[in-house]
Amino acid sequence: MSATEVHHVAKTLMDHLPILQVVIPLMSAPLIVMIGNRNLAWLIAFAASAASFVIACLLLSDVIDGSVISYHIGGWAPPLGIEYRIDALNALVLLLISGIGTIVLPYAYTSVKAEIPQRLHTLFYALYMLCLTGLLGMVATGDAFNVFVFLEISSLSTYVLVSLGANKDTRALTAAYDYLIMGTIGATFFVIGLGMLYMATGTLNMADLADRIAEQGANRTVQAAFTFIVVGMGLKAAMYPLHHWLPNAYTYAPSAVTTFLAATATKAAIYVLLRFMFSVFNPGFHFEDWTLYLIFIPFALLAMFAASFVAVFQTNLKRMLAFSSIAQIGYMLLGIAMLNATGLSASIVHLVNHGITKAALFMGAGALILYSGSAFFDNLNGLGRKMPLTGATMVAGGLSLIGVPGTAGFISKWVLVQAAFENGWWIIAVAIMLSSLLAVIYVWRMFEVLYLTAPDEGCTATDPPLPMLIPMLILAVSCIWFGFDTELTLGSAQVAADGLLAGSAGMMAH
Amino acid sequence: MDTSTALYLTMLIPTVAMAGNMVWKNQENLRDGITFICALLTFACVLVILCNVGNATTGPYELFEVVSGLSISFHVEPLGLMFAIIGSGLWIITHIYGVGYMRGNNEQHHARFFACFSIAIAAVMGIAFASNMFTLFVFYEILTLSTYPLVAHKGTPEAVKGARTYLSILIGTSIALLLTGVIWTFTIAGTLDFTKGGILEGKIAPTLLPVLLGLYAFGIGKAALMPFHRWLPAAMVAPTPVSALLHAVAVVKAGVFSMLKVGIYIFGIDFLASTGASEWLMWLAAYTIIAASVVAMTKDNLKARLAYSTVSQLSYITLGMALATSMGALGGGMHIAMHAMGKITLFMCAGSIYVAYHKTEISQMQGLGRIMPITFGAFLIGALSIIGLPPLGGSWPKFLLMVGAVDAGHQIIIAVLMISSLLNIAYLLPLVGRGFFRPATDSKLPKSFAEAPLLVWLPPAITATGCIILFFYAGSIQDFLAPIVENSP
Repeated sequence: MSATEVHHVAKTLMDHLPILQVVIPLMSAPLIVMIGNRNLAWLIAFAASAASFVIACLLLSDVIDGSVISYHIGGWAPPLGIEYRIDALNALVLLLISGIGTIVLPYAYTSVKAEIPQRLHTLFYALYMLCLTGLLGMVATGDAFNVFVFLEISSLSTYVLVSLGANKDTRALTAAYDYLIMGTIGATFFVIGLGMLYMATGTLNMADLADRIAEQGANRTVQAAFTFIVVGMGLKAAMYPLHHWLPNAYTYAPSAVTTFLAATATKAAIYVLLRFMFSVFNPGFHFEDWTLYLIFIPFALLAMFAASFVAVFQTNLKRMLAFSSIAQIGYMLLGIAMLNATGLSASIVHLVNHGITKAALFMGAGALILYSGSAFFDNLNGLGRKMPLTGATMVAGGLSLIGVPGTAGFISKWVLVQAAFENGWWIIAVAIMLSSLLAVIYVWRMFEVLYLTAPDEGCTATDPPLPMLIPMLILAVSCIWFGFDTELTLGSAQVAADGLLAGSAGMMAH
Repeated sequence: MDTSTALYLTMLIPTVAMAGNMVWKNQENLRDGITFICALLTFACVLVILCNVGNATTGPYELFEVVSGLSISFHVEPLGLMFAIIGSGLWIITHIYGVGYMRGNNEQHHARFFACFSIAIAAVMGIAFASNMFTLFVFYEILTLSTYPLVAHKGTPEAVKGARTYLSILIGTSIALLLTGVIWTFTIAGTLDFTKGGILEGKIAPTLLPVLLGLYAFGIGKAALMPFHRWLPAAMVAPTPVSALLHAVAVVKAGVFSMLKVGIYIFGIDFLASTGASEWLMWLAAYTIIAASVVAMTKDNLKARLAYSTVSQLSYITLGMALATSMGALGGGMHIAMHAMGKITLFMCAGSIYVAYHKTEISQMQGLGRIMPITFGAFLIGALSIIGLPPLGGSWPKFLLMVGAVDAGHQIIIAVLMISSLLNIAYLLPLVGRGFFRPATDSKLPKSFAEAPLLVWLPPAITATGCIILFFYAGSIQDFLAPIVENSP
């Protein structure tokens, strides 16, 4: 190939980045099943997810200035054809999902060997890639029905991934079943909402939907659709009190799966909520204000306090972290409900920061479990001293979870409280701070178990092998790094928040 | 060396000391030697800054911006420079003492201990030179976290419990109150830079001002204002070098230093005086001064008594800020130096007694003065300085505070200071009396001179001498600090 041809190919590829983002992991899944060798399967999965990570980086660098990429699949123009639409918001979420997807894979290579029977390994990688595809697709697409399709792809594969934990603890099966029932109800509500929107407007393209809803104003059908969509996605996002599936799913799934899900699955659902509430529906509608003020705020506060309170009393590390996730989702919903640019950026930046933090913590937890055999605190005594680097990861993640200055979590909390003060909601500001004190309690319980108790006699635990250790350390360093360098996280979040607040006008910008 | 390099080095060198401790964990002489050299270098860097800048204000030197409008940046101003001189200077002495104490007392995990100690010093330097409230808050929290392992050092259930109280109060107040106050300030003022005259004038309703001040005053838990003082007695489970440097000097002084910084550079002394927003704080500080002294009298454990004495003495500095007069603020600033020198002497003496004879209760210390005259002599001098008798350094800040109280029109504060001095006499001097004049009750004690090891008794002797020297240099300290309250009444 000559230089010009290379240039031409590169340019064509660059034009098709939005679809490549989804198609590369999608195609890798059947390839993995066909090849059937577990080492090759890992290699393919890793290559595909790394490629999608690179693509996400390229996409974000294109839209960070606030512009929008509109990609028409097969050249069919929207609203008839399916449109992929990338702006700062979903580019950032794509980056998070593909980044976590990539970094979990080396970790999974070792942890899966310990937790899942060998004959299921290729299946695991295939499902993992499907799940990744689903999440990326949900986020990348600009077509409402397409969201549902990808939601189902990711959900179905997630159910199976959770159930793979059954080899260690058969309760993974009931956890997966629970999640299946709840997740299906959520998806059904979502699709009912979409059906109503289609009935009322005759279109499924998000930008088009936004226009037509704005034209006809708030009628019953639109309101009902809104309700169904919020409840459906709320379920997938584990919005309090629809969180019932989450603690068991996170506790009993294999470590690698928990890490991946905790950092990405609920985050993708939050993204869809944001997209529908701000870009498709208009927050100017009264029913939407009311939903935010009367439903989101009380439930967000409940999540922050109740779930953190429950976390304090957990005896199982993974379960404690799972309840903490529910509380942290409360912060994101609270940021959305503030309905100002700062609040939205807080919500978006927390989505990323918490994703990284929880991934680090669950990875660390997985490494501890690899040696202790269980996630109960009683079995983790003094392991922080025996496994210094794993312990350090838990410390970095734990501090970021509390929101100690110099960690990623601090930035989110700072922006969120600032947003509360901008609205004059000082009670909410105080509530945010008080709820983080609960985080101090449960995180410190973990630290005391890891460092201040004596390890069992003859404990031979050491830090896990490099494939597990390196991803863990990268995430731990990121927890600190994003506490100081906020250009990528908060910078993109602010651009994204401005885009969202522009409402459907933001959707139209080219 | 230019000022900014020296400034960064004061934080970098202790960090190097920490790394050194972690790398050469098991070579104790090398490890402790490196830390000693690092302590000397840190002090040298602070002196370089002193020579370059004097008592002028330079900077800010921005390290990097975290969020737009919020940056990690540093500056040099008299109050911070004085705090840095005290912190780094006493680090050298405490390190010598710490090596002697840890070895003499067969404590475990020396490397971890000295590593955390060094990080705490780096954090203190960050606090001293912070040029905005955000930077100060970041280092404030680093200081809390790095001292937590030191308090929990022994790992006994008692130590773990003490460390839990320590951490929950310090983190709790700083996140729930201080951080709320800081973000509130940022939202209304649009900046957190320390600016002479404050940044809040005209930005906040006068009725809300006392509330915001309350968020700072209670949020800075390290200043140990009642009712958030319990962490300080709890921290006494730590080995004595920690109590000496951190819980008599670095950590608590970081608290009151932050309090002064907030009063002078965020609120502004004039603004506080004209609005009267700090009057309630003045009364609370006065209450803490008396109440903590009374509690101190009931304690038989020497370190616990000293801890309550510290709680009381810290409120002198808070009082100085809350008086909202220039003399008050100067007196508060000077008390940072004077109290540091006096209290570190007392704590090192307590540790010396513990290393030599494992005595912790005052009632057991009868007759010890005759066999450890140097330790008890140093204790006497330190105690007299805390009480505020001439010719010891501690007498000057009390004098300035009284002048400040008169300026502010609160003569009753003079009575509070007087009563406090009397109470100080009542709880500090009996130990000296018991030591020198009562016969020993413990028959196992030696009959003649038998001091603690050299490395343990020498440092308190040095700092006790320092207390005397400071009396004669109080004027220079006052001149040095004067610029922080210029343009104030």
